[in-house]
Amino acid sequence: MSQQPMNWVAIDADPRFQALHKRKTSVLWTLMVLSIVYYFLLPVGAAYTPDLFKIKVWGPVNVGILFALSEFIVAWGIAYYYARTANRVFDPMTADIVKNAAGMKGRAA
Amino acid sequence: MIGQRILAALVLLAGWTQAFAEGGAVDDRFKPMTFGVFGAIIMLTMYVTYRAARRVQSTQQFYAAGRSVSGLQNGWAIAGDYLSAASFLGIAGLISLYGYDGFMYSVGWLVAYITVLLVIAEPCRNIGKYTLGDILAFRNDPKTAKVVAAASTITVSTFYLTAQMVGGGVLVKTLIGIDYEVSVVVVGILMLAYVLFGGMVATTWVQIIKAVLLVTASILLVFLTWVPYGFSLPDFLSAVIGDAKVQVQVAKLLGDAATTMTPDQLGQRFLEPGLFLKNPIDQISLGMALVLGTAGMPHILMRFFTVPNAQAARTSVLWAMAIIGGFYVLTLIIGTGAALNVGAAKISSFDAGGNMAGPLLAQFIGGGADSILGNFFLAFVAAVAFATIVAVVAGLVLASASAMSHDIYVGVIKGEHATQGEEVAAARISALIVGALAITIGILSKGQNVAHLVALAFAVAASSNLPCVLLTLYWKRCNTGGIVLGMLVGSVSAIGLMMVSPNMTYPKLERAKAQKVIDAGPAKISKIEAELVTLQDAAKTKAEASLKKLRADVTKAQGTVKKFEGQETSFLGLEKPLIELKNPGIYSIPLGFLFVVIGSLLWRDRRADEMWEELYVRQNTGIHAEAAAAH
Repeated sequence: MSQQPMNWVAIDADPRFQALHKRKTSVLWTLMVLSIVYYFLLPVGAAYTPDLFKIKVWGPVNVGILFALSEFIVAWGIAYYYARTANRVFDPMTADIVKNAAGMKGRAA
Repeated sequence: MIGQRILAALVLLAGWTQAFAEGGAVDDRFKPMTFGVFGAIIMLTMYVTYRAARRVQSTQQFYAAGRSVSGLQNGWAIAGDYLSAASFLGIAGLISLYGYDGFMYSVGWLVAYITVLLVIAEPCRNIGKYTLGDILAFRNDPKTAKVVAAASTITVSTFYLTAQMVGGGVLVKTLIGIDYEVSVVVVGILMLAYVLFGGMVATTWVQIIKAVLLVTASILLVFLTWVPYGFSLPDFLSAVIGDAKVQVQVAKLLGDAATTMTPDQLGQRFLEPGLFLKNPIDQISLGMALVLGTAGMPHILMRFFTVPNAQAARTSVLWAMAIIGGFYVLTLIIGTGAALNVGAAKISSFDAGGNMAGPLLAQFIGGGADSILGNFFLAFVAAVAFATIVAVVAGLVLASASAMSHDIYVGVIKGEHATQGEEVAAARISALIVGALAITIGILSKGQNVAHLVALAFAVAASSNLPCVLLTLYWKRCNTGGIVLGMLVGSVSAIGLMMVSPNMTYPKLERAKAQKVIDAGPAKISKIEAELVTLQDAAKTKAEASLKKLRADVTKAQGTVKKFEGQETSFLGLEKPLIELKNPGIYSIPLGFLFVVIGSLLWRDRRADEMWEELYVRQNTGIHAEAAAAH
């Protein structure tokens, strides 16, 4: 399969690619930090605020159990939000770049 | 032809293994049925392998299943690759013995996939070909990158593989009484059959079949356990904490602190943190290893090369997260259900780590140890556990074999000049070598405590592979010097810290601990003996039981003292651990990242610099990504 040569520097410098890069960077690292912080709240909370975790909310179901269950919901929520953003925003932006990539020659070329 | 030969070998093997099977959780009367269920599942996977073998001729088929696995299929396969016996049986066991802490432990295993989804899966699919080495070789010096990546892949996989082989051997012995060595060999041969004949195609399908069986078994168990309580979480948990067996277990775990607590308080305590995980720093350290290590696991990375494009890689992580997360939520009911219906005492009498919680709950739900249905359920869960081990091991062997053949043999030794036929042959020979090694290590490690090797595999992956991959993908200045130094410092520090951690055996400490039990024994025994005269009925029975336990503990302690007689230090010459932590990640992961940065800044590598734009554009857009096989 022959691959068309590309001017990678020109594509990288293209405003459309730079726009994708900025959107992606902010979404990805925000979600990454959010998920890590929320995850580590669980062991830290269990160790340092055990009394909070023991408060009964729903029969014997306490804050600790609900918090642990919320970890699953938050993880799924972040994954869903990312996938939706990727499908609706990143994929069309990427498709546009791919379509025009061969024509991106930069000023020098 | 191959299929018929495999079939004949299997029939022989089944007869042979049955002759070796004595003891175990399955009663002898029900052994033929159990082997029937095992046989059916093995036959199914062999049929799949037979079908796959006809397709697997090219390297793309062997390493990446022709990149034609769909996102949904790959999601199931990732779940099948990831849900090892440790998470399937181990977490249910932890919950059944320690309640809340076991459930809390499971969370990190799911959150790990956020890292995979956000920063690893799609870029790796876009720029990679078959292995971790391909990703690192993209802009770094190809030969150097492939050597360090292959070394790390083989190291991580070997730790994980050893834990799986030993764990699997013990598990099969506990379940159905097959000799440890026999079960290690059977697991090894089956796994080799899948990998050798069917490559990634068969491995993928074995993982899918295993995951579907695992999820089916879990849903069934949860459904039947929960039905009597009208699917109400509070009602079900009320029954759990109101149960005397659960209260006794909590009292045992708390020791002296429990004497002032009412039975209700003891029961509720089961749903509160702190019965198992004592050191929060250790937990954070393990959490870091899971969250960053999963994304650096070579056998997980490899799964993303089997799908047609980055979108399918994304979809596959979503499915994997749904399946894996859903599975852990179900495990909460399975674990607490086992604590309620079977009881911690019975569970730990089979296996101290609680691994039998799920299988014993299955037996109970089906009608108990004497019923046919109960034993059918047990057999089914046991067979799923067996399939679990084989599927995980197959994935690991394929990852190591690919590193040996694709990175080392073709990439370095042959300088990328090998025909498809030569490379597939090299891959099969590598698989054979890795498989033989896995069986040998499995047999040699009999009786060793290998539980910490799973945590070590994740810690090494998080401290060496992940920093290298992440910085290669996202940091412009990263280069060959960085990945060499990062890989080296990350893995050596993780392994080194583990070797001076409390996971190792320290004869002097073991002896001192045992001596304490022996010294305190006589006083405690005579105290109970004195009380015994005045006690009656239930109280008397209870006192007699604790007396018996005390005596057993003393005998065991005497054995320990004798075992370590004359030994003073661990194999590294230490009298006591140098660090308090059991999980090295919190130190070794930052070290790994730091040294990729230091190495990159000290080194000058024009290629890494010049390739940056190409790498960054391609990892984001998928231009020139490896295409799926036409069919």
